[in-house]
Amino acid sequence: MDKLGVITSFIHNILVFNIPLLYGTVGEIIVEKSGSLNLGVEGTMAVGAIFGYIVGCFTNNLLVGILVAFLASALCGLLFAALTVSLQANQNITGLTMSIFGVGVYFFLGRTLRAADAWPMMNDYENIKNGFADIPIPGLSEIPVVGHGFFNHNILIYLGIAIAIAAWWYLKHSKPGLRLRAVGENPGAADSVGINVKRMKYLHICLGCGIMGIGGYYMGLNMTGSFNSECWINGYGWIAVALVIFANWNPALAIVGTFVFGFFNTLRVSGSSLAAAFPEVLGWLAHIPTQLYQALPFIITAVVLVISSIRNKRGGSGLPAALGANYFREER
Amino acid sequence: MKKIIAMLLACMMLMCFVSCGGETPSDNPSGVPADDAKADFKVGAIYINSKNDTAGYTFAHHNGITTAMDQLGLNADTQLFIVDEVPEDKEQVLAAVDTLVGKDVDIIFGISFGYIDALEEAAAEYPDVIFSHATGYKSNETNFNNYFGRAYQARYLSGIAAGLKTLETGNNNVGYVAAYGTEYAETASGINGFALGVQAVNPEAKVFVKKLGNWADEVNESAFATELIDSFDCGVIAQHCDSAQPQIAAEKAGKFGCGYNSDMTGDAPKAHLTAAIWNWDVYYSTAMQAAMDCGTADKFVATMGSSAYYGGLKENFVDVSPLSENCAPNTDTAIAAVRELIVSGEWDVFSGVKLSIAADGTVTKADADLVDNNGNVIVAAGGASVEDSVITGTMNYFVAGVTEA
Repeated sequence: MDKLGVITSFIHNILVFNIPLLYGTVGEIIVEKSGSLNLGVEGTMAVGAIFGYIVGCFTNNLLVGILVAFLASALCGLLFAALTVSLQANQNITGLTMSIFGVGVYFFLGRTLRAADAWPMMNDYENIKNGFADIPIPGLSEIPVVGHGFFNHNILIYLGIAIAIAAWWYLKHSKPGLRLRAVGENPGAADSVGINVKRMKYLHICLGCGIMGIGGYYMGLNMTGSFNSECWINGYGWIAVALVIFANWNPALAIVGTFVFGFFNTLRVSGSSLAAAFPEVLGWLAHIPTQLYQALPFIITAVVLVISSIRNKRGGSGLPAALGANYFREER
Repeated sequence: MKKIIAMLLACMMLMCFVSCGGETPSDNPSGVPADDAKADFKVGAIYINSKNDTAGYTFAHHNGITTAMDQLGLNADTQLFIVDEVPEDKEQVLAAVDTLVGKDVDIIFGISFGYIDALEEAAAEYPDVIFSHATGYKSNETNFNNYFGRAYQARYLSGIAAGLKTLETGNNNVGYVAAYGTEYAETASGINGFALGVQAVNPEAKVFVKKLGNWADEVNESAFATELIDSFDCGVIAQHCDSAQPQIAAEKAGKFGCGYNSDMTGDAPKAHLTAAIWNWDVYYSTAMQAAMDCGTADKFVATMGSSAYYGGLKENFVDVSPLSENCAPNTDTAIAAVRELIVSGEWDVFSGVKLSIAADGTVTKADADLVDNNGNVIVAAGGASVEDSVITGTMNYFVAGVTEA
């Protein structure tokens, strides 16, 4: 057994199987920074996934797939914004509804196509298949042990990291980012200095939801587009909502959060290999029951929420003050 | 006002998706076959997943039921009543039974293991209806039986294909992505049957089993297969799980694999060798015929001859899918020879007689201990096969050469 190879493949797996969480988390951070709490991440990702996958395959173009996934999920965002920003619906309820709605759309479309025998098989579409293949970064990917783990991935993994960094810069250092944060903290004050609160909210809810959609599309591609009785998103949307809190509403920290969370999530896959490769140090990993591994993501989520709430009591929380409250101009 | 409209819209969206699913079809007596007994015969089925699935466990059963009805001249559109997506929850299974009894069905098939207690109760409550439970072990003397098959025989044959491939590639490591390991006799007997098939060809071969802890978990099915290939250097990936993900992962890595439940060559054309498959229609047509013949429900078990149906290669209830072009030379010869031994009843997998299969496909028999992976002798050399009740119920060990990864 190649001992160092086990570590390499562990690192590789962490990124491959958890990058959708980063898309979901970064998207949700942008939405929440506008003061809107969208619990519909799961459904939004599902809609992006199914539309992106189908259109991407039929046009045999990965870029079109990414774009369509973005647009389809942005449309979900538009619906959410119309309901909560313009019609002032309760954000929690609308978000939950969006989750059910999105997963419903996913199954409706998928099953309709399968019943009509028109479901596209990813392997038949060369451009999608090759476009999703790993691209080693020259030089970096040759570093022993970590090179293949960190720097030999498909384009959507690099894109996810790039989007997270761009979102961090946008929120922290750009003028529109500052305005967005103002809207999320105190929409009344933002309004009074001439920021168009409604427009800011609409734009960023759509943008954030669109980013989630790309994450959904990734999950479909990573499953080689195999459509069965379970949804591709598989609960990742819900975990992303929790990761937002872990990342303290900071997209750069979301990268760290995804990696930490992914570490535990991936132990289920790689734990026994690590135990076999390093029996003296990690042998105990093999004796952990599968059920505990299955529960681990949720245990970690609970622990993270507790730690976050302790941290928040001490100040320094990135929680937008007006999160979850609808802004109605006339009630100011 | 706006708030109210918004809430209403949200509610409507919710309702749209609550109303999906449920039973089919409507009571529509059109297209009635000529024969009266046949025309009145109604079949009920309770599925764990959607009847619209296009692959996997529920699909295999649905396919089996409709095929059997076609063979018997029954109309699946009007004489089959389904309640699908029924979780393994007693109350919900009983509610599904009530629905089907309300449709006046003659026989109810429940396909998931966890329906067992609910069906036992229902069989007592409705003595006029026949209850037939897949993979279960409970039954009574009148209207309640169970059915399952000797999947381990098909597993053994697919193991031969995998073993010959290990000889060809020179890689003795075989991976196995399993829903569970020794917790269930169903998975343990499948793994053991497969491993013995591999070892009959290549005694040096090792089988690494990775457990999902779940019957269906597509994301991890793929991840586990990749892990077996990357970290355990496996060259052939077998599986006991619903989706074709392990085969697809094998193809991505340029390795080979043996599927399960359905022919997975279409999913992984460059990797798939052959799959252990079920022909559920074989049982369903036998059971439906018996249900029509027996007159009253209480004579069903007597008509079937036993309260537990346990078909194998001989009944064509289990089999391997057509061998793909990826198989090593002589795979067909070897599998045909072993199939003949099993069908004729001359030999069975878990016995004190070991088969040795040469690379040219010739099969030789020799007495040898059947040993588990802790060195305990299960069947002494020359001994008779392990009993059926052990294979279906209490087999909680792996044979020698199998390691949990």
